[in-house]
Parts: sequence; C-alpha cells; structure tokens
Amino acid sequence: MSALNELTLAEARDGLKARSFSARELTQAHVDAIAEARALNAYLVETPERALAMADASDARLAAGEGGPLEGLPLGIKDLFCTEGVATTAASRILEGFTPHYESRVSENLWRDGAVMLGKLNLDEFAMGSSNETSAYGDVISPWRRNGSDAAIVPGGSSGGSAAAVAARLCLGATATDTGGSIRQPAAFTGTVGIKPTYGRCSRWGIVAFASSLDQAGPIARTVRDSAILLGSMAGHDPRDTTSVDIAVPDFEAAVSRGVKGLTIGIPREYRVEGMPAEIQALWDRGAEWLKAAGATIREISLPHTKLALPAYYIVAPAEASSNLARYDGVRYGLRVPGKDIVSMYENTRAAGFGREVKRRIMIGTYVLSAGYYDAYYVRAQKIRTLIKRDFETAYAEGVDAILTPATPSAAFGIGEKASADPVEMYLNDVFTVTVNMAGLPGIAMPAGLDAQGLPLGLQLIGRPFDEETLFAAGQVIEEAAGVLARPKVWWA
Amino acid sequence: MTAPVNPKKLIKGGLHDWEVVIGMEIHAQVTSRSKLFSGAATAFGAEPNAHVSLVDAAMPGMLPVINEECVAQAVRTGLGLKARINLRSVFDRKNYFYPDLPQGYQISQYKDPIVGEGEVLVDLPEGESITVGIERLHLEQDAGKSLHDQSPTQSFVDLNRSGVALMEIVSRPDLRSSEEARAYVTKLRTILRYLGTCDGDMEKGNLRADVNVSVRRPGEPLGTRCEIKNVNSIRFIGQAIETEARRQIAILEDGGRIGQETRLFDPGKGETRSMRSKEEAHDYRYFPDPDLLPLEFDQAFVDGLAAGLPELPDAKKARFVSDFGLSPYDAGVLVAERASADYYEAVAKGRDGKLAANWVINELFGRLNKEGKGIEETPVSAAQLGAIVDLIVEGTISGKIAKDLFEIVWSEGGDPRAVVEERGMKQVTDTGAIEAAVDAIIAGNPDKVAQAKEKPTLLGWFVGQTMKATGGKANPAAVNALLKAKLGIE
Repeated sequence: MSALNELTLAEARDGLKARSFSARELTQAHVDAIAEARALNAYLVETPERALAMADASDARLAAGEGGPLEGLPLGIKDLFCTEGVATTAASRILEGFTPHYESRVSENLWRDGAVMLGKLNLDEFAMGSSNETSAYGDVISPWRRNGSDAAIVPGGSSGGSAAAVAARLCLGATATDTGGSIRQPAAFTGTVGIKPTYGRCSRWGIVAFASSLDQAGPIARTVRDSAILLGSMAGHDPRDTTSVDIAVPDFEAAVSRGVKGLTIGIPREYRVEGMPAEIQALWDRGAEWLKAAGATIREISLPHTKLALPAYYIVAPAEASSNLARYDGVRYGLRVPGKDIVSMYENTRAAGFGREVKRRIMIGTYVLSAGYYDAYYVRAQKIRTLIKRDFETAYAEGVDAILTPATPSAAFGIGEKASADPVEMYLNDVFTVTVNMAGLPGIAMPAGLDAQGLPLGLQLIGRPFDEETLFAAGQVIEEAAGVLARPKVWWA
Repeated sequence: MTAPVNPKKLIKGGLHDWEVVIGMEIHAQVTSRSKLFSGAATAFGAEPNAHVSLVDAAMPGMLPVINEECVAQAVRTGLGLKARINLRSVFDRKNYFYPDLPQGYQISQYKDPIVGEGEVLVDLPEGESITVGIERLHLEQDAGKSLHDQSPTQSFVDLNRSGVALMEIVSRPDLRSSEEARAYVTKLRTILRYLGTCDGDMEKGNLRADVNVSVRRPGEPLGTRCEIKNVNSIRFIGQAIETEARRQIAILEDGGRIGQETRLFDPGKGETRSMRSKEEAHDYRYFPDPDLLPLEFDQAFVDGLAAGLPELPDAKKARFVSDFGLSPYDAGVLVAERASADYYEAVAKGRDGKLAANWVINELFGRLNKEGKGIEETPVSAAQLGAIVDLIVEGTISGKIAKDLFEIVWSEGGDPRAVVEERGMKQVTDTGAIEAAVDAIIAGNPDKVAQAKEKPTLLGWFVGQTMKATGGKANPAAVNALLKAKLGIE
C-alpha cells in the first residue's frame, strides 16, 4: 500500500469506513509529510497534537459505527479562517499574536463533520496577491519544478499554501478563499482542483475579510470528487452572515458522475486575449473537444464587457479592502507600535504591520472612495459590475449551462519573476477569474494538461448561480479525459 | 424658506436686526434590548466593556446582522413624524479612525435613509404654533466612549455604547429662535417617548443635538452656518444658539465673514469654540456596506406597526380639548408626558374634566415639581385624586379642606373618603349647627353687625369667623346664605 497521504480524500474516507487503517495512522502520515516539507513553507502553524487528538476521537466514533461525512480526514486551513485557540494571522504582521476565541463558520462545519485539522496554511497577506509572495511569513514554494530545473516556482495565490499543500500531499484537501481568483489560479498552477462556489453559498463569518462583496470560501483538493465532498460540508446558510443564502445544499458528490450529455457549453470569444500562448489556446480547444465527445453541445458566446472586468475589480476590491482593513489599528488586538499620540500610533502600527501590496491596495481604495473621485471610479465600477453580470445572465438565458475558459493566461512563473515588475502584470493573472467574482457566480478550475516545461495548466468552468452541480459534472468529464497527469516529484524531503 | 419674518423673533444687533435660522440633527438612542447589528445588551451603567460582542469589538471576520426591533422602532418613529417610510433603504459605511470606533467606520445610512420627509407640529407659548419640516431619519451605530481620566499617560476605551442603535432625525432649517428650537426638541422628545422608541433621557446621552445656526438680515438668502456638536440638554441648546447667533452677528457687523465650521458649546464659559473648519472636515468616503444587503420590507410590515401605534400627543391634546372642555394650554400641559395624560384621563373619567385638570395640574404637578418628582413617582394615585374630586363635587368637603386632605393622602396615604370620616373633616351642611354658630357670632359682635348694614364687604369677616368656629367644615354656601339673611345684606 502506498503512503496514506497519497490517497484521495474519497479513497481515504472509504478506507476509514472499511477500517483498512485508522484515522490516527492517516493523520500521522500527514503530520510526518508536513514535517518533511517545511522547505515549501506551506504551513504557517502546524497543529500535530490537536490533529492526533481529533483523529483519536474520530477513530472512537468510527469504531462505534458513527461519524460524519468527513470523519477522520486531515485537512489544512488557510490562515484567513479564524480558528479557536490557534493563531490566525492572514499572513500579516499586523495580526501578530492574535488568537481568536471563535471558529469560522466554514471550519466549524468541517469539524462538525468529523474532519481533522493539520494546521494553518500560508497565503498572500490578507489574500492580496497571485503568487503567495506577499506573505509576511515568506513565500510558499510550489512542489512543482520546470523540467530539468531547480528554480523555485510560485504556487499561485492567494491560496498558495492551500494549493501547494494539496499538491504535495501535505493534506487531503484544504480550505481556501477566492476574491478574484485566489482558489482557481493556484489550483491551476499546482495541478489541483479548486472551486469558488456561488457568492452566498458559504458563510463568510469568521473569515478575515478582504473585499466583502467578492470574498467566497471554497475547497482545493486533488480531484473533482474530493472538492465536491468538501464543498458539501463547507457550504450552508448562516444567519450570522446576511449575505449567505438560505438555500439547500445539494448532494454535490452525486452530481460528479452525472455527465454532460445534453448540456450546452459556452466558449466566450472575449477570453481569447491578445498574446495568449498557443499552449493555452490548444488546451482550451482540447477541453471543448472532450466535453463535446461526452455529449455536450459547444457554442461560441459573447461576454462583451469582459475586458472591463479587471480594471473594475481593481477599484471595487481595494475600495472595500481599504475600509475592511481599518480595524487593524493597534488599539484592540494584534500589533501595536507605540507613538507620541493616537495618530502616530496608528501610523507606526499600520506602517510596520502591513506589507507593500496591502498598503498599495489600501491607498488605491482610499483614493477611489474619496470625495470628488467616488463617482468617477467606484460608481462606474459598480455599473460595469452590473454589465458583467448581465453578460452572463444573457448567455445563460440563451440556453448555455456552463462556460469553459482557460483558468490562467499562463503556467506558473518563477519566484521573484513578477514580484518586482509592474504590479499590473501580476494583476493580469486574474484576467479569466475576476469576472466570476464580479458576477457572484460559481467557478471551478481543474487540471487539464502540462505545458512544454512540465508545469500544470488548468481550465475553468463557470456556472449558473447556485448550480455548482453542473460544474462538478463537467469538471469530472475534463478530469477523466485529461487522464492521469504527472505529479510533482518529491525534491523537498 | 418663504415663511414671513416675525419681527418679535429678530435679534437686535448693534447696527441691524438679524434673523437666526436653525436646523437640528437629533441623535436619539433607539429603545431596544440589543444593539443595531449585534446581540450585545444596551443597558446603561454597566461596568466598562461588559456589553461588547465580537462584532462590537470589530474582531477579524465578524459580520453585522440587522436587529429587526431597531428597524421597527425607526419605522414607528417615522410614522409618528408623519413621514414617508422607505420600503428600501441602504446601510453605508462612514469611514474614519478613532479609538472608540473599532471598525474604523460607522455603519450609517447616507443616500437612502429608512425614513424620508415628515413634520412636527410645535406649540409655542401664547398659543402660537409652527410646523417644522423633517428632512429624514436614518439608523446608525453609536460609537464607544474614550476615558481620559483613568491614567496619566493613556486613554481607555469603553465599548458598551459601541454599536448601539441611534436614529438621526434631521430637521429642515425651519426654526427662527432659541425658544422655537427648545420647543421643537421638547416636542420631538415627547413624541419619541409616546412611541416608546427612545427614552429621551438627555442626562444619559440618549438624546443629543447637533445644532446648525446661521444668521441673516430679514429677507436675505441663508447665511453660512456653523454646526454646534453634541449639545446634551434643552437648556444648553437654547444657550448655545443665543451665544452662537450673537457671535456671528458681531462678526458680520464688524464687516467679517462666517467660516463654515464645526463648533463646541462650553456651558461653563458660555461660549462656542471652533472644533474644526470646513477644510479640516473629514472625507468620510461613504460607500454601501458590502456586508449588508439593502434593508427591504413590505407595506404590510409598516401597516402592522401603524396599527399598533399609541395615540400621539397632538391627537390626544385635541381630544382633551373637545371631550373634556380643556383649554388648549391645559391640554398641552397634560399631554406633554404620556404618563401624565394617562393619569389625568384616569382622574377625569366620569368626572368634571376641568375640575380634574385643575387638581392634576395645580395640586399634583405643583407638589411633584416641588419635590422634584416625576408623575411615575406620585404617592397619590389617580384613584385617590379622583376620590378627592368626588368629595368636593358631592359637597362632602370644601375646596379648602380638600387641599388639607390632599396633603394627608400625599404623606400618609389612605382612602380619602375614609380619611374624611375618621378625621371628621366632613363639611357641615346641617343648617341648625351652622345657624347656632352664626347666631353666637352676631350676638357677640353688635358693633360689626351695625357696620355691616352700611358696608356689605364685612360679610367676609363674618364668614371667616363662622368657618373658624366650625373648624372650616361649614358649607361655605350655607354660611353665606344664612349670614346674608341674618345681617340683612342683599
């Protein structure tokens, strides 16, 4: 039998049910793998004692023939989710020393269903970034390398720790969050599956806020089925988040094997962006072929306002962030750098506590909300948002069931390659994913092939509101058609 | 505003007459068990930071959830102000940094408030009344409190108030004197207390006013206004307006200009002083709070609340005038507090309304005022006072005895009728007994009897003597009649 951490989440679940191994053994395998993989810097906090204690409790329940849908399954938690009694930093200095007395609703749902917590995963500071290079606690290194190269590669971001840990078998699955692509882009960069569900599907309660109208939690896992199982536990209405929607959570796992026969898949022509690498175009075409071969109808569609999405996103998201991050003022928790008066204390604390990218976005957000600029920026961006939403509504009204696009404009890049460049170049990573957040729709990214250098490439499927099921069904078709892909060779242990 | 200028309201400057123009923003704390967006309690006087939820302290990842009771209270208030209720309103964030503002923004309503235009009818002394326009009412969070006296080097923050629901009620600039402004706040407070939507307790800071003051020559366009922040008593509101208007007039008559600014009133020094100028004003960067969906409810919700509203002071006053024959002034005094009006109605029910009003206003209110007590603390119940009124009307006791009886009931309690029996306070209506007393006095004072024929006003002296002889219990009407007959006075 291969190492237990090699199993998919579904396999591990079934193995535990069959008592082929214990939750303790499964957890120990992950704890050991994590200890050997510190070079990846995926975990900010490891909680092995807690993990083993939770595993023992799971074993007791399993022995008694009890246990929830995730009983005994070890997971990693993005350090944007507040976890009771375990430090939560959002990868920022400003939350240094902060340990919540409460548990985020999403992680609480996972523990309710029997999951085991391995620790807290690294991310871009406050989830702002596309390469996990903005973390105050160091870059996350992707387990992937280019063929014949030792150069460190980014895992993507902001959920870089989640994606790297899943790809490197340091957990069976992980929580992540997605404001402009932070689940789907790192999933694509690491050959994993990530779904950002419909806005309102998961509770935001207890997740450190970046941009409230765009933030949504979702899982990263190694298969479409695993991601469906995890989302089933994470999702659900929460009266403590009034933007969460009171709608039943369907059996996502059952949807995985539904197939795509009779579905219409839209191919938006506006996503054929200038300078798109031929490999990406070929991957996209291949994905459409696979879906067609499985019985779907492929139709070219138009989403005319696509090119406005990225600039509008970089107004809305920083605007909300500038306000959401005002609470980190050194008064009540986290970092405080003293000053001669209250204003200098604020300035000293925030200057020392926030990194460059976070400061940049706070400045942009403050600017676009300022008197005299609000109408020109924020109001117009909101209008564009409505137009983007309408584009999708029109496509769906015309019979499209889901939309296929590339997940990213390229494969993962090297550490440092873009970090020092114009920030806009980094922002362009989100060009295929931000529209989905702006429209509040569900989007899934799954691996579909490797580029010439051996790095994974992903495709994205965008669905109707609250129709994640179709995404799992179509995602499964792509996953099966793509076949068994290469996986990162272990160089870190 | 096109209202005619009332010369009586003008302020005399050194050179000209000036008209003062006042608009007010009243912050009224909503009466509710918990805060606007959290489950923490709103009770006053707890230990610092005893009523603070994770939301109030703005812990990471916390989200606001609207308290429906606060929404209902705002709608009730809107209905009480005869205002338009907006079935859809939006919560916005008002961004600024201050240690008592944990989120770094106040959740308020900016462009789309829950209540739109309404009006308040304000009675002034001398029977005059004015209608003050209400521009809007919106819901917002209160801030916490900074404590600067706990340590020589640091300030502390008490977040008990943080997140408590406030209604900001914005008037039009329809007020033309400090007296009108005071009357407006008094009336607004009365309405809020009737509705039960704000206790109006200014000492606890549950009702505070920002007062916008400008002056102009009559007939000219509005002058530049200054806002006086956070005035916390009706008396200070009057003083602040007077002080500020005179300051502005002095500047203008000196050839100066008024700069738009925010000022504070110092009641100790009797002056307003600058807090910040327009240039220093915050840019609050308002935008819709993305954590909250627009607040929406249907007309049925509003209608349900409207059906449950109590009778409001204007309607009650009109009813007291028409049903009990009271003067508008007396009716106004009685309806100023709902508890007073209820008390009066209990006394007046089935009795002479005017007599009841006299006793409630003159005797009861007079006595309560003297002791600094509110109607809720009255030792004389409406039933007891009603019984006293009954005893007068029946002729069992005289008005004078009734006042003694009131004093006894006030300090010792008891059933007034029983007290009258026990203490022999009953009015003597037995003519025989009165006649004996009268005869004795006439017999003992022949000279006065002789004078009385010339000078009928001496009757009063005889009445006094008779009352004295009967211990005040003789029926005054009977005494009068007998004396007139026996002295031969017409």
